Amino acid sequence: METLGMLIDFTECIGCGECVKACQQFNSLPPNPDPEHLSDRNYTVVLRYEEQYYRKLCMHCQDPTCASVCPVGAFTKTEQGRVLYNADKCMGCRYCMMACPFGVPRYQWSKAIPVIKKCVFCIHEVNGGKETACSWVCPMGATRLGRRHHLLDIAWSRIRRHPDRYVPYVYGENDAGGTSVLLLSGVPFEQLGYRMDLPQGPMPQLTWQVLSKIPSIVLTGGVLLGGLSWIINRRIQIETGDLKENELAGDKEKEVGDE
Amino acid sequence: MSSASGGLSFDRPRLWMPVGMVIFLLGLVLTFQRFYFGLGAVTNLTDRQPWGLWVGFDVLCGVALAAGGFVLTGIVHLLNFERYKSVLRPTVLSAFLGYILVSVGLLYDLGKPWNIWHAMIMWNPHSVMFEVAWCVMLYSTVLALEFSPIVLEKLGQDKALRVMRAFTLPLVIAGILLSTLHQSSLGTVFLIVPGKLHPFWYTNLLPIHFFLSAVSVGFAMVILESFVSGWLFRKSLETRVIADLGQFMVVALMLYLIVRLQDLNFKVGLLNIFDGSIESWFLVSELSLFLLPLLLVFLFRNRMKAGVLAISAASTMGAVVLNRLNVGIVGMARSGGFSYFPSWREFALSLFLVTGGVTVFILCVKYLPIFPESGQEAISEKVE
Ligand code: SF4
Ligand code: SF4
Ligand code: SF4
Repeated sequence: METLGMLIDFTECIGCGECVKACQQFNSLPPNPDPEHLSDRNYTVVLRYEEQYYRKLCMHCQDPTCASVCPVGAFTKTEQGRVLYNADKCMGCRYCMMACPFGVPRYQWSKAIPVIKKCVFCIHEVNGGKETACSWVCPMGATRLGRRHHLLDIAWSRIRRHPDRYVPYVYGENDAGGTSVLLLSGVPFEQLGYRMDLPQGPMPQLTWQVLSKIPSIVLTGGVLLGGLSWIINRRIQIETGDLKENELAGDKEKEVGDE
Repeated sequence: MSSASGGLSFDRPRLWMPVGMVIFLLGLVLTFQRFYFGLGAVTNLTDRQPWGLWVGFDVLCGVALAAGGFVLTGIVHLLNFERYKSVLRPTVLSAFLGYILVSVGLLYDLGKPWNIWHAMIMWNPHSVMFEVAWCVMLYSTVLALEFSPIVLEKLGQDKALRVMRAFTLPLVIAGILLSTLHQSSLGTVFLIVPGKLHPFWYTNLLPIHFFLSAVSVGFAMVILESFVSGWLFRKSLETRVIADLGQFMVVALMLYLIVRLQDLNFKVGLLNIFDGSIESWFLVSELSLFLLPLLLVFLFRNRMKAGVLAISAASTMGAVVLNRLNVGIVGMARSGGFSYFPSWREFALSLFLVTGGVTVFILCVKYLPIFPESGQEAISEKVE
């Protein structure tokens, strides 16, 4: 897989909050009164759990649930791996917010013309390479950008080299079908509010299983209902004596078979 | 034709006029607030629970309660049970109005309702919501067409009327298929939230649950509508015919409960539903309402009185309403950190929409040939 990804190693994070500030600046977000929560003015947060800091942001899923549920296809997964939102298409049904397994998309509740807000995986070309605002400013290299498969290798080799430092799990490798953002942590992910009960395959399958059956339901149903009404109407005609005797004999047998 | 209004007793509706006016004026003010200041100004919705009363009640309940339309047209036109024909028109009318209410409710709930037509050109066949949108759109058209003969009859357009009548059966079949699809798909909508929707309600059988309960409540609505029109306009079906419908309803309910309870037992265990949590209270109330009609019918099986039928149907309606609210709101509350309870404004606007619907219904009854001309006698004759 050639898509880009971000590896965030929580054990290296010192909680300086530079990434949050950079994100605000680079994405020209309005001043944010509540830095503790994701919101329509805040694409990422740095929080603390006991001795460890950790981040929250859109995970940029490999097979994004938000993109699959949106009735107008306002979300797209780009070739680079970013999950982007197009406000011009959106009609504001908020199904994406309901469905996102990581509870990421945020809404502008107090606007008459609201849009959905979330991290955009803001890739910038700097110093001859690619960086997101948050990966670029991180003084500790706790957030770094790279090819996803490469980052996965790094993550696992870190776990192997320091088994005492990490829980043996790369969050996002397969969760919800895998995500472009990969996480390493020293404390179990549940404690940080990262769900461990997510399907290990793509979430959109959950609804696609049902949706993909629709054409056959329509066909079968149409034929059944049509046939049913044909048989019944025929019966009524027979009862009211509209059909001739000899036709009747043949029909009776057929109907018995149909029942 | 206008003699259809002859039997109307308008003294009862008149009592409600002042109340209706207050609701109406309040509704207008709140509508302004909603569209001028945004959803946050009138609703208590949060980022953690982005769907509330308007999705749970206006849309989910609205669609379920309008199921009488496809259930009854199916019985009358497909299975040829002629004796229910006299409630066909009011049922189709209320289903049609129901879907209009759902659509209007959706316009209030959507953040950018002026983009609603995007669903027609920006296809995403992977989205359940996309499928629901199309089915609701098409089915509303079907209902409009099914309703059109009534208007044509009033206008005396005999030629057009004959053309429309020729299309009755295809329309009915299309209506049943479309209803089957979107009634169940409203359940499919919630398949994408495992772990968010409480396990009392989350199951991969949600589409089947939604469909079967919609059929049950479809019958219940026909029964209730018959009683209400009897009370309001002194026109209703014979109790015996309603009792027939009650039997259909009970069979549908039993089917639903077998599937539902087995599934529930398999997923969480029937004893675990009494765990004393908030969800438990809501689930147990919901199931009791579903079971009450069965109990009543069992107790009174030899003497189905109108009162018993009315209570059974009302109980079924309450059960389905509670079920949709449970799936849409209560079951999602825990994962949303219990951050949402509907504001009075949300209640008021929902009430505003319902009041509007009822008003239009009454006007239609007054000006269109909805009920058979000579009321009760004509119906009784047909039955015998
Ligand atoms: S985390 Fe949520 S919003 Fe981000 S890509 Fe995945 S489903 Fe979409
Ligand atoms: S709120 Fe907008 S982006 Fe989200 S699912 Fe609805 S239409 Fe799509
Ligand atoms: S990738 Fe960009 S938009 Fe996303 S959290 Fe980092 S700085 Fe913010």
